[in-house]
Amino acid sequence: MLTSGWVFVNNHRTVSSGQTSIFGSMHPCEGAKLEKGQPLTRFILKRLFAMPFLVLGIVTLAFLLTTVTKGDPLTAILSDRQLNDPEAVKAAMARWGLDRSLPERYFIYVRNLLSGDLGTSFVTRRPVLTDVLFRLPATLELVGAAMVIGSTIGISLGVLAAYFKNSWIDHLARLFALVGSSVPVFWMGLALLYVLSVKLGVVPGPGRLDPRASLPPTVTGFMTIDTLLAGEFKLFANALWHLLLPAFVLGWAVSGTISRLVRANMLEVLGREFILTARAKGAGELRVVIRHALRNTLVPTLTVISYSFAYLLTGAVLTETIFSWPGLGSYAVGAARALDFPAIIGVTLVGGIIFLLTNLITDIAYVIANPRVRLG
Amino acid sequence: MTDQSLPLARRLLVPYWLTLPMAIGLAIVLFWLLMVVLAPVVAPYDPLELVGRRLQPPSWQHWLGTDALGRDVLSRTLFGALHSIPIAVIVVVLAVSFGALLGALSGYIGGLFGSAIMRLVDVTLSFPPMLLAMAVAASLGPGLENAAIAMVIVWWPVYARLMRAQVLEVREREHVEAAIAAGASRPRILFKHILPLCWTPILISATMDLGQVILLAASLSFIGLGATPPTPEWGSMISDGAQQFYSWWVAFGPGVAILTVVLGFNFIGDGLHDYLDPRSE
Repeated sequence: MLTSGWVFVNNHRTVSSGQTSIFGSMHPCEGAKLEKGQPLTRFILKRLFAMPFLVLGIVTLAFLLTTVTKGDPLTAILSDRQLNDPEAVKAAMARWGLDRSLPERYFIYVRNLLSGDLGTSFVTRRPVLTDVLFRLPATLELVGAAMVIGSTIGISLGVLAAYFKNSWIDHLARLFALVGSSVPVFWMGLALLYVLSVKLGVVPGPGRLDPRASLPPTVTGFMTIDTLLAGEFKLFANALWHLLLPAFVLGWAVSGTISRLVRANMLEVLGREFILTARAKGAGELRVVIRHALRNTLVPTLTVISYSFAYLLTGAVLTETIFSWPGLGSYAVGAARALDFPAIIGVTLVGGIIFLLTNLITDIAYVIANPRVRLG
Repeated sequence: MTDQSLPLARRLLVPYWLTLPMAIGLAIVLFWLLMVVLAPVVAPYDPLELVGRRLQPPSWQHWLGTDALGRDVLSRTLFGALHSIPIAVIVVVLAVSFGALLGALSGYIGGLFGSAIMRLVDVTLSFPPMLLAMAVAASLGPGLENAAIAMVIVWWPVYARLMRAQVLEVREREHVEAAIAAGASRPRILFKHILPLCWTPILISATMDLGQVILLAASLSFIGLGATPPTPEWGSMISDGAQQFYSWWVAFGPGVAILTVVLGFNFIGDGLHDYLDPRSE
């Protein structure tokens, strides 16, 4: 799990592509592999060119999932009640081409997807796409807050651990990082909710707002933004307050990886000659650490933070269930429990595409931000 | 790596790779491995039997309390090792076998076949792993075996990519050239001259992944896609605990079990990493 830092330190030309899981249960993500002397534009074009194929691959895998679904594929599209209705069965057969051959069905599946039709959820009886878009903001809000908390803790701990290398601070930071990536988020969520909310009452219970609070009109779907837009500052504070614990639980796991990476990079940078020069010129320690050292570790740090998105999406699935957070994660879990296939495959599809886009943006931002890569 | 400042006796008695984290990690993992074998002997009660009143807090009779049906949480937690650890081992072994084989073939044969496999790898790794595992497990139906299949599907590409990179590097070495010149057959070159040099990073990564696979399996069980009741599986026990939110002890035992066993594997991974990569020190 720490290999990422090692790769970054060893070779700034390779973004991550770590040997082992970087983010807890996340895969090593494929990083940008910019070969020496390859022009930047060609690299970006190549990555952009690969995108439609990857999306098609994701769609194909999703289609294959609908076909391996136990028994009749109709059960993946229709609810039990609709299955007893010959008219509905006939209509669904025609819409998804179930009476045709597999390749034909595949084309129909892709065509339906292109027009935004992901099927209808058994549970909510609404189009899956509508459900997904409705729930996406809550997840993005949670993941965003978790990223902020995770990187704040991670960078601070990483800097402290590197500065006080091999001291008790370093060891404590390492322990904190390892526990963060070892603990099941759903159990940590339960435990903290029990201790901090039920026993001590210092944080609110599950949900995005107090149960009795009146909801602000939905504009963006982000509770923090909607409350501000409505001018309800008390509600805004309440929304932030509710966001704190789930975002911390989710951010902790990522903070471990970030702190280990920041530590490794800081150690390397702190040993360089320009740090000695800065000290010789009489710069204060704080200035040396922040302005001279930390700034030179920013590119790999930002990269690992944006790659942490994948872990956060995974963690959100479980965190949302514990905190009754009405996002994509709890939707997916509800769908999985009810064997609501269109919903779960739809969420997987959307999750895959979001993940792909974030990684693409990260890769491109990385090569643009890193002159060593650009001029390599 | 050897720290010259240590007393001579300690340098001679303690092997240099046995750092404190490594030792703690090995101890924890050893404990849980023993539980896989010894749980029936050590556990005070039968994990499935209703041995006490419902939802009793920890006491001398039931160290970790009883669950909603009156089963002993400690016994269930110890028996949980019997499910979680073998499943994780099986998943990692299968994922390594498939992944390494396909990765090696892709790297050695290359061409259309090689890139087809790598595109499959790219697509699989394009999904957030938990979501893909959930979708596959749900499509196959609940149950520990199906969850295991889902996890293999999610995990093999990691090893395929790793193995391919290894093979691509090793096949350029001189001894392979010599073997080609000597007229060795292609399978012989792959299996005798290339593969033996490729295993180390894969085995290390597999060891470190064991903890993560345990975590993923528990997550799937937690949302009801893995073990089915009344199996004493840690993830589903925590799910029971979530339903009995105010009886904290129901989820406490299995939670600590997952935390320690995954932490153990991570400590070992951390130690291995320090040992193999002195640059980080």
